[in-house]
Amino acid sequence: MSPRRTPSGGRVNRLRTIRFTFDGTAYTGHQGDTLASALLANGVSLFGRSFKYHRPRGVLTSGVDEPNALVTVLRGEVREPNIPATMVEIHDGLTAVSQNRFPSLAYDVSAVNQLGGKFISAGFYYKTFMGPVIGPLKGTRFWMLCEKIIRRAAGLGRAGHAPDPSRYERMNAFCDVLVVGSGPAGLAAAHEAAQSGAQVILAELDPCFGGSANWSGETIDGEPAATWASDVVGELKTHDNVRLLKRTTVWGYYDGNTLAAVERVSDHKDTPAKGAPRHRHWTIRARKVVLATGAFERPLVFPGNDRPGVMMASAAMRYANQYGVLPGEKIAVLANNDSAYRAMAALAKAGARIIAIADLRQDVSAACRKLANDAGAELLTGHAVISTEGGKKLSGVKLAPFSATSGVSTGNARDIGADCLIVSGGWSPTIHLASQAGARPVWSDDLQAFLPPETGKGWIGAGAFNGNFSTAEAISEGFAAGRNAAGQPALETTALPDIEPAPLDPNPAPVFEIKAKGKAFVDFQHDVTADDVRLAHLEGFVSVEHLKRYTTLGMATDQGKGSNVPGLAIMAEALGKPIPEVGTTRFRPPYAPVSVGALAAERFGDLKPERLTPMHDWHLENGATMYSAGLWFRPMIYGGPGETIEQAYVREAQATRETAGIVDVSTLGKIAVQGPDAAEFLDRVYSNVFSTLPVGKARYGLMLREDGLVFDDGTTWRLGEHDFLMTTTTANAGKVMQHLEYFLDVVWPDLKVHLTSVTDQWAGAAIGGPKAREILASCVTGTKVDNEALPFMGIVHGEISGAPVMICRLSFSGEMAFEVYSGAGHGTHVWEALIEAGRPFDMVSYGLEALGTMRIEKGHVTGAEIDGRTSARDLHLGWMLSKKKPFIGSAMMDREGLSASGRLELVGLISLDNRPLSGGAHIVEEVDAANPHGSLGHITAACFSPALGKYIALALVSGGKARYGKRAHISDPLRNRFGPVEIVSHHFFDPEGKRMHG
Amino acid sequence: MLITCPYCGPRDVSEFAYQGDGNRTRPDPASTDSEAWNAYVYDRLNPAGIHNEIWQHAGGCRVHLAVVRDTLTHEISSVRFAREHGTPTHSRRNHGAKA
Ligand SMILES: [Zn+2]
Repeated sequence: MSPRRTPSGGRVNRLRTIRFTFDGTAYTGHQGDTLASALLANGVSLFGRSFKYHRPRGVLTSGVDEPNALVTVLRGEVREPNIPATMVEIHDGLTAVSQNRFPSLAYDVSAVNQLGGKFISAGFYYKTFMGPVIGPLKGTRFWMLCEKIIRRAAGLGRAGHAPDPSRYERMNAFCDVLVVGSGPAGLAAAHEAAQSGAQVILAELDPCFGGSANWSGETIDGEPAATWASDVVGELKTHDNVRLLKRTTVWGYYDGNTLAAVERVSDHKDTPAKGAPRHRHWTIRARKVVLATGAFERPLVFPGNDRPGVMMASAAMRYANQYGVLPGEKIAVLANNDSAYRAMAALAKAGARIIAIADLRQDVSAACRKLANDAGAELLTGHAVISTEGGKKLSGVKLAPFSATSGVSTGNARDIGADCLIVSGGWSPTIHLASQAGARPVWSDDLQAFLPPETGKGWIGAGAFNGNFSTAEAISEGFAAGRNAAGQPALETTALPDIEPAPLDPNPAPVFEIKAKGKAFVDFQHDVTADDVRLAHLEGFVSVEHLKRYTTLGMATDQGKGSNVPGLAIMAEALGKPIPEVGTTRFRPPYAPVSVGALAAERFGDLKPERLTPMHDWHLENGATMYSAGLWFRPMIYGGPGETIEQAYVREAQATRETAGIVDVSTLGKIAVQGPDAAEFLDRVYSNVFSTLPVGKARYGLMLREDGLVFDDGTTWRLGEHDFLMTTTTANAGKVMQHLEYFLDVVWPDLKVHLTSVTDQWAGAAIGGPKAREILASCVTGTKVDNEALPFMGIVHGEISGAPVMICRLSFSGEMAFEVYSGAGHGTHVWEALIEAGRPFDMVSYGLEALGTMRIEKGHVTGAEIDGRTSARDLHLGWMLSKKKPFIGSAMMDREGLSASGRLELVGLISLDNRPLSGGAHIVEEVDAANPHGSLGHITAACFSPALGKYIALALVSGGKARYGKRAHISDPLRNRFGPVEIVSHHFFDPEGKRMHG
Repeated sequence: MLITCPYCGPRDVSEFAYQGDGNRTRPDPASTDSEAWNAYVYDRLNPAGIHNEIWQHAGGCRVHLAVVRDTLTHEISSVRFAREHGTPTHSRRNHGAKA
């Protein structure tokens, strides 16, 4: 028998023993235990060390609000830190370790931090990492060094580095009624909503439904409350319109009644079921939400309130009633309200000795007196605990007469031996989700707590969430909320269940703090004391939002579930204002920590979409090195054995200019623009005129944005009177489509035009070079391809190897070139036929590097130059701006700023030191490597030009043309590349275009 | 956030692409009123509250919608076809005015 396990009682399965380890020591517990209850049962009191002062800490609560007993759970190589021991279900093989201690939990060297109390006070970081420091380690660098050391000492658990092998998944769900919380209120609501036929989801964060029914010790209509709860759950299970989710924390309440929840599917198992994820993320859209989230018991602030053995009264009751565990044998009580008496009675019944009750109130009810008397406890009204004794566990408390009005002790203290002090400072309804949904909390003087407003737009509250703490109220409100949420009329009378014992008065005395000497913690997890809050006030912090950030109160993983109201109360007192005037902070998602894995779920790694051209496999089989361009994969080079990238692209470009080369251009965006107004539409969206384009011809077009800057370029082919095929750059295909659709749908709905994205329907191969026409002529049937039949920018239809093709004579490489388009399904077939036809001519296939090289030699622009900041004139494309018609961007393109002198203009650069240039390098007049400055512009694209035999680049340079023939320098301090260049025209090669016109 | 597309019904916001402030009127294409063009291209209201917006059902039927949304709550009070109603009337606050 474990030292603290009661001989009987509780809802754990005593027939099933579970073995686990904590800090390397083997322990046993029972099925139904949490790590906290199992360790308490084994007599463990020390669970961890605190954040800043490394103070020993025990377990304070029994649930999701636990600030102290945070552990790291180890699963193989994977560490999951900062899990409340109260939320870990034990299972065989569970391995957990304590946190923030060195070298061990019992002997921690950093605990000396607590001797120098002022060392890490409020605003420590803000104060410390400021101001001048003299000496070699001056400035920020010194403070960064300090911070590293302090961060190692302070902090919570350590995250691991091993990849997480677990699987996570996401679910979307819809329901009429989502009930959050399955205590008596939530169960009643789910029951009523389910009866009406509504689709219901009931979410419970604990492993079993029932909430307080599992530990209240009450009877409902003569049955134990837990039996009542399991009966209701049993009935809910028979409804196929009900989905029951346990171990599911609803953590976010978003607009449109969309809620986020995480279900811990496998954490409680030694091996997850086959195919089961570790966590499942739920996105739930609910017509109505019933918030039955209960309330948290608040700690009191007094010196030594963090000593292991100090525990919330309700938690102690839960350990006794639900887990059959006594948190102590000699128990003292500190309370400002009646609820602690019920807990005390439960502990007494379970076999603990109640030594004394210090009640902050001057008088208590007869019901409380009777409970104290029955438990054999000494009742000291108007008394407080002014300090606690003991090291790593509580050995006693100091009691003294106390004035609730002044908050200080008024008489001689008395020592009492106790190994557990149960505390109740009143209750705070769990209004987090309502607050996330935008509800402004309302202060209740009676309950000394923030209550939710009566009802929200999408939610209805019930039970303790509403500040109605009795089980009878919970059930009646739950019934009403469930009917209301399901759209059922309210019943005139409801038969309320009979609850035993009768409820006690829930209203606390308005006391939050006992002022005495010593560290009194408000936020246990972040080690924020009452004095820290007062110091922040002295330093001028007035707003509660600022106070929170300055002291970090409520900013730890527990999100201030217990510390929020006591912190506000202390702040309010310092400001001399009532609490509601100080206000409260708004709660934000997540309500409780959420695993990143659950948020990402399946959306990572291989599931990124990929776009492959029809000829993709051919490229791979023929030695292409692929790289990704957006979602597309395109050949970079077709490298031979031992070839460098530069050698490969130089060879490919050279061969193309000498004989012929072929490149896959299927990725170009293609949009069918069709309809009687198609030509008019193109005139409006392009800067140049398309209505004059004859059928069977193509034209290069330029698009501006509304602000007058260049948007995209490409050729558009007139296939028929009302039928155009527009091509766009690969990168902008989607944006151009959206741009066109916007104007057509919103601005010019009168135009009769239809747009269809046909990018994926066409395969494209561009074949260029002196022998390109001969190659084409040898394989195309059904059309001639000579200069007469197919002049520059002409279009013909024919067949290659039996597949219909459309051929346009246009050139990006600057060579005599043709773009051959076929249906995507024929892409590889046509491509292979072209390769075959090119074989006698030693045609090469070339990749993007060679394509880029040839376009740089020709001075053609791409996305590197059309960067959203350049105008048409900057790119020497002013000739494309029609003066005959307005077009998108025409009104703004002549603005002062866009025609000012000194704008960056497109130029060419030639490396004068025969070393490579690279994109992003700056152009300067004089090199100053130590203090780079005076940029004239930057390089947009660079290559080795086989045609020139030099390293060249395109650049955007202030002054542009005026600098042709002048020397300048590259300044690239990051890559340590400096050197002379000559600024030249961007038309490096064949400026007259003789080659492509043939 | 749900947007009820008149064609497709209520759909998650992830299916839609924001296409800008609906409080803008494109000047006549031939207009040389640079103030009006400047206002159209650059001036935006950025209200905390009710806002007229254009959304495209990009992951659905591709139609453009004139949506009235509360930027504080994401509540959507009206969804209409943008083409039928044009961009919502030019209810521009006089924020560019010099006093
Ligand atoms: Zn739609």
